[in-house]
Amino acid sequence: MLYLQILLNGLLLGGLYALIAVGFSLVWGVLNVINILHGTFIVLGSYIAYFAHLYFGIHPFASVIISGSVLFCLGYVIQAGIINRVVAAPVLMTLTLTFGLDLLLNNAMLIAFTADYRKLILTDSLGSYDLWGLILPLNRVAGVGLAALLTFGLYRLLRDSNIGRAIVAVRMDREAATLMGVRVNRINAVTFALGALMAGAAGSIFSIIYPISPINSGLFLGKAFVICILGGLGSVPGAMIGGIALGVIESYGALFFGPEHSTTLAFVILIALLIFRPTGIMGRKGYE
Amino acid sequence: MKKIAIFVAIVALLALPYFGNNYIVRLATVMMMYSVLALSWNFIGGMAGYPSFATAAFFGIGAYVGAILQANGIFFGAAWFAAGLIALIFAAIMGRAILHLRGHYFAIASLVMVEVLREVVNTNDQITGGGMGMNIPILKISVEASGMLFYYSMFVVALLTLATASWVYHSKLGFGFRCIQQNEAAANMLGVDSTKYKTIAFSLSAVFVGMAGAIYASWVNYIEPPDVFDIFLTIKPVVMVLLGGMGTVFGPIIGAVAFLALEEIVWRNFLTIHSAVLGLLIVLLVLFLPKGALFFDYRQFFRGRKK
Repeated sequence: MLYLQILLNGLLLGGLYALIAVGFSLVWGVLNVINILHGTFIVLGSYIAYFAHLYFGIHPFASVIISGSVLFCLGYVIQAGIINRVVAAPVLMTLTLTFGLDLLLNNAMLIAFTADYRKLILTDSLGSYDLWGLILPLNRVAGVGLAALLTFGLYRLLRDSNIGRAIVAVRMDREAATLMGVRVNRINAVTFALGALMAGAAGSIFSIIYPISPINSGLFLGKAFVICILGGLGSVPGAMIGGIALGVIESYGALFFGPEHSTTLAFVILIALLIFRPTGIMGRKGYE
Repeated sequence: MKKIAIFVAIVALLALPYFGNNYIVRLATVMMMYSVLALSWNFIGGMAGYPSFATAAFFGIGAYVGAILQANGIFFGAAWFAAGLIALIFAAIMGRAILHLRGHYFAIASLVMVEVLREVVNTNDQITGGGMGMNIPILKISVEASGMLFYYSMFVVALLTLATASWVYHSKLGFGFRCIQQNEAAANMLGVDSTKYKTIAFSLSAVFVGMAGAIYASWVNYIEPPDVFDIFLTIKPVVMVLLGGMGTVFGPIIGAVAFLALEEIVWRNFLTIHSAVLGLLIVLLVLFLPKGALFFDYRQFFRGRKK
């Protein structure tokens, strides 16, 4: 029973992890940019949810719309105004650039919101449900459900809409996409904005589970790294599988080795995977 | 002309502790440390073109090896040397493992090394003191004398790094690095053993950083994991090299000096927003001076403006 409960906890955690990684993976896969800002975007989403709840009493699941749209605009502006100028430069340049932007944004948040941990406490918490001895924390279950819905939405968007097909085309072959009349710069900006939107939405959902502080951004970013390497780059299913895998591994790792080692375990797995299978579980060749 | 300038600079730096106060000596020691970090990163990042983010890993290893050895009664000079050696061996082994990765994957693997080591040091608290940190025995000499000792030690390591950089740059090794940077597949075809060369570049980027880390640990007398495995120690050398010019011999030093000057001004005047100012500096640097300040073509710039 204990093992089943831990599996369940791992799956729930993994569902949330998948949402962290899906936007990060999209940006990495399409733009070939490691977006160091991603963790800070998530925290910003959490703050939007926190203040929306504090001042207007909006439930965090509803404020997903607000944080998503705010982050979408912010992401669009950052990519169109700044990153697009060097998007074709070597890895070092784009990574350093997003790191610099992250320092700026994170410092701004530290000043605006301070480093104190805040907690969003729901007045109408759903509590938990006992399912034949398995304890289901219902807030989390609902959060994971919403996360799955958002991830599925992104998946459909990429598959079915015009703009989604253009994004996939740019990921496959930038030059050919340009020749086919895709406006690559605009697609870059939309892709980055979508990544930011997913981060903001993730932040909203996380605000009911984790304490909120700008310091957490590095934690989220680390998770995104590991999940992307685990699942492979550039595909929505890859990010989902990677996220769930990491959630389950961390939960069992905490049981067998103690919770203080679970981060180390995740990173060791990451290095081992990089050495032996850099394309990830679901990854395709050509992205390494 | 260049030789005279270098000679004058060395003499001036040697004489510095006799004229400057403690603040100047402290600043100069940091300058030497930054020069070591920037010059070292330049081997792998500038010359061989691999975006390594492992500098903090080597620095932390050096600091902890030096601290543990000194806590067990080893003479400080020997401990510093051993720290460099251990960092070198670690880099050679890890380099073998992750240098077959390219681009982002290599960047992330090297970045993760820092995180793993920090966690490992944090959890093995019997040896390293864990999150409590470690105290390093204080040398039984006066404050001024120890300030001078650490300054001259950093100076020697910086000179060693510079000499190595200059030698590598003009040797076959440096030529091999530049080949790999430009086109690794072509370099392989022409008979450059790229795995060997990359491992050498990665190890070179570790050894002096390890020593500097150990000296730093003795200098500040107390280290803790977030202090020496600090992500800023990884990113600062990159910024310095970007400032001074990638893949050159003297660029990293110029970058280190310029960076330190900026940092000192920012620390003094804008303490609460110093990381934002650093971020802004990085953004401006990447956008407007991607080849380094040394390569800033002012003629082109003004011609462009007149149009």
